[in-house]
Amino acid sequence: MNIHEYQARALLKAAGVPMLDGDVASTPPVAEAIARRIGGKVVVKAQVHVGGRGKAGGVKLAANPGEAADAAERILGMQIRGLTVHKVLVVPAADISSEAYVGLIMDRETQRPVFMVSPAGGIDIEEVAAKTPEKIRRLPVDPTYGLLPHQALALAFFLYKDFAQVKAAAQIMERLYTVFTHNGCSLAEINPLVTTPDGRVLALDAKVVIDDNELFWRPDLEELRDESEEPPAEAAARRANLSFIKLDGNVGCVVNGAGLAMATMDLVKYYGGEPANFLDIGGSSNPEKVVNALKIITTDPNVKAILFNIFGGITRTDDVANGIKTALAQFPVKVPIVVRLTGTNEAEAFRILQGIGMTALSDMDEAVQQVVRAAKGAA
Amino acid sequence: MSVFVNKATRVLVQGITGREGSFHARQMLEYGTQVVGGVTPGKGGQVFEGKVPVFNTVAEAVTATGADTAVVYVPPTAAASALFEAADAGISLIVCITEGIPVQHVARAMPYVRARGVRLIGPNCPGLITPGESKVGIIPGSICLPGRVGLVSRSGTLTYEIVNHLTKAGIGQSTCVGIGGDPLIGTNFIDVLRAFQDDPDTDAIVMMGEIGGTDEQQAAEFIKSHVTKPVVGFIAGQTAPKGRRMGHAGAIISGSSGTAEEKLAAFAAAGMGIMKRPVDVIELVRERLK
Repeated sequence: MNIHEYQARALLKAAGVPMLDGDVASTPPVAEAIARRIGGKVVVKAQVHVGGRGKAGGVKLAANPGEAADAAERILGMQIRGLTVHKVLVVPAADISSEAYVGLIMDRETQRPVFMVSPAGGIDIEEVAAKTPEKIRRLPVDPTYGLLPHQALALAFFLYKDFAQVKAAAQIMERLYTVFTHNGCSLAEINPLVTTPDGRVLALDAKVVIDDNELFWRPDLEELRDESEEPPAEAAARRANLSFIKLDGNVGCVVNGAGLAMATMDLVKYYGGEPANFLDIGGSSNPEKVVNALKIITTDPNVKAILFNIFGGITRTDDVANGIKTALAQFPVKVPIVVRLTGTNEAEAFRILQGIGMTALSDMDEAVQQVVRAAKGAA
Repeated sequence: MSVFVNKATRVLVQGITGREGSFHARQMLEYGTQVVGGVTPGKGGQVFEGKVPVFNTVAEAVTATGADTAVVYVPPTAAASALFEAADAGISLIVCITEGIPVQHVARAMPYVRARGVRLIGPNCPGLITPGESKVGIIPGSICLPGRVGLVSRSGTLTYEIVNHLTKAGIGQSTCVGIGGDPLIGTNFIDVLRAFQDDPDTDAIVMMGEIGGTDEQQAAEFIKSHVTKPVVGFIAGQTAPKGRRMGHAGAIISGSSGTAEEKLAAFAAAGMGIMKRPVDVIELVRERLK
C-alpha cells in the first residue's frame, strides 16, 4: 500500500530522522497559515500517490504566505496522472549543498532488506542504477541482527567525507531501518537526503510503501490508507476481499486464482480481445464473492461481455454457479456472460446454470473465443 | 522415484483442527498420503478422523510419529512461528500453504530454516504431489496421473489447468511442485529443476512462471548450462500493467524489470519450448517425449 509523503514524513519523524518542520493543508487559507508559521520561503507540494509531481506542476516555490495560498489554490484539485490532489504539504524551502539517496527495499534475490545509497540523489534512482551503477552501493541486512553500526558507517562514508556528516547519516540510516521494520515496509526511502550550507544532514522527501500483508493485523497502518487514491471499483473490490485491477479493454474476467486470472487475460488478448480487468475471486467457495464480482465488473461501462473461468479444486463450481444465479436474480446484467467451469461438482454446476437458461463450457480456449466474439458483436 | 515426496513420506499437519487444515488433511488421507500426526497447541491428545493423533507441539509429534515432513495451514500471523517450530523439531521438508504472511516475517524465518538444512516449499503455494504416491498440500489428486513429466509452477489453479490438459492427453506426471506466488519463497525454480534433472523417473519438465522478479530468467540460465532434459515453459501476465500487484504478492513488474517479454526471451535463449496458450503444453511435451 502506498501512503502519502506527509504520512511517510510522520513515520520518519517519530523515529527521530531530522527533517524540516512542515504541515499538510487541504485549503489555501490553511496552507497560508502554515507558511506564515514557518516564515520565509516555502515549498508547496501536491500529495498524490504518483511520481513526477514536479514535472506535472504539483510542486511550487512560494516566497511568502500569500504566494503559498496561491500555489495551494492552483495545486489543489489538479489532476496528476488521473489522480486528483486533495492535500498539499507545506515545508520550508531548504538551502541545499548536496543531494543524496538513501533507500531500503525488501529484496527478492537476497531475501533480505537491502540498503541502496547513492551520492547522486534527488533524481530517479532507477536511472542512476542503469546509467551509473558505480554511484550506487548496496548492502543486504541480516534481519536477525539488523543494521550493524559499522555497516551504517560504511554506507555513510560512501556519501560524505566530513565525519560529522558521516555520523549523522549513519544514524539516519539506523533510524530508517527502524521505520522499515516497525511499520512492515516493503520500501522506505529518503530522496533527497541533503546537506545544508551550515553542515546539517536532513531528510527532504520521504517515500514509504507498506506490505499489504501487514494491514489485516496492523489497524494503525491500515488507517494510513487514502481511498481517494484508488479507483472506486478497486476500493469496492478490496472491501469485498477480491483482488481486482481495472484495465482498458471490454472483456470482463472473473477467475479463481491469480495465475489462472493472468493466463485468462493473456488468452483473451491471444484471441484478439482486450481484457477489462484482472479479478481473482480466490480459493473459497462463497457465492457472495461471485455476486460482488459481477456487481463490480458491471459498473464498468466499457465491459461488453463477461467471462467466468473457474477451475474447481478447492473452489466448488456449484457454489460459483449459485453465485451467478443469485446475482442475476438481484440485478440484471445487460451484457452476454460466457461461463467456463470444470472440476469439483461440475455436473451440479451445469444443472444449476441450465435451470436459469444458461449453458456452460468446460474448455478454456472455447470459452475465451466465444466471449471475444460476443464482445466484438456488441461493440 | 519422484522428487521431494513419495509413498514413504510421513506428513505432519500444522493447524490440523482449523478449517483449512482439517479439510485438506482429510483430502490427503483419502489420496493415500501418510498423514501421521497433526499439531494444534492446546488440542494435544485429540484424535483427528479417528486415526490421526493431535499434538501440542511439533517436537512431541516428531518424537511420537517419526514425521519427516510438515505441511502448514496455520493463519498468516502465526505461520512464520510455525516455520521456526518445524525447523527446530528436526523436520526436513516444510510445505507452507498459508497465503498472506507478512514478507518481513518470512525474511526472519528464512535464515533460521536454512541454517538447519531444512527445505521449505512456499509460502503461498499449493504444495506438491507425486501422483499415485503422496500429495502434500491442496493440489486436487483427481486431475493428476502417474507418469514421467515433472511440473514446477508459481501458481495454483493455472497449474491445475495445465496438469489437466496433460492428464486428459494421457501424459502422466512424476511430481508437480507449486513453489508459491510470494516474493520470498524457500524453494525456487532452479532447486526444482535440479531435482528433476537428477530424477531418473522424470523425462521432461514443464515450468510455469509469471511476471515479477528474475527467478525465471535465472532458471533459464541454469537450464542452458545444467539441464539436459527437455523443458517447456509458460509465462502468465503478458497483459499485466506495470507496477500493479496481480493477486500474488510477487507478481508485480517493478520499473522495467520482471516483464513477461524479458522472461520469454530468456526461455527462448535457453532453447525451451514456449507455450503461447496453456493447451499448447500437450503438443510441445509430446514432441519432446518422442
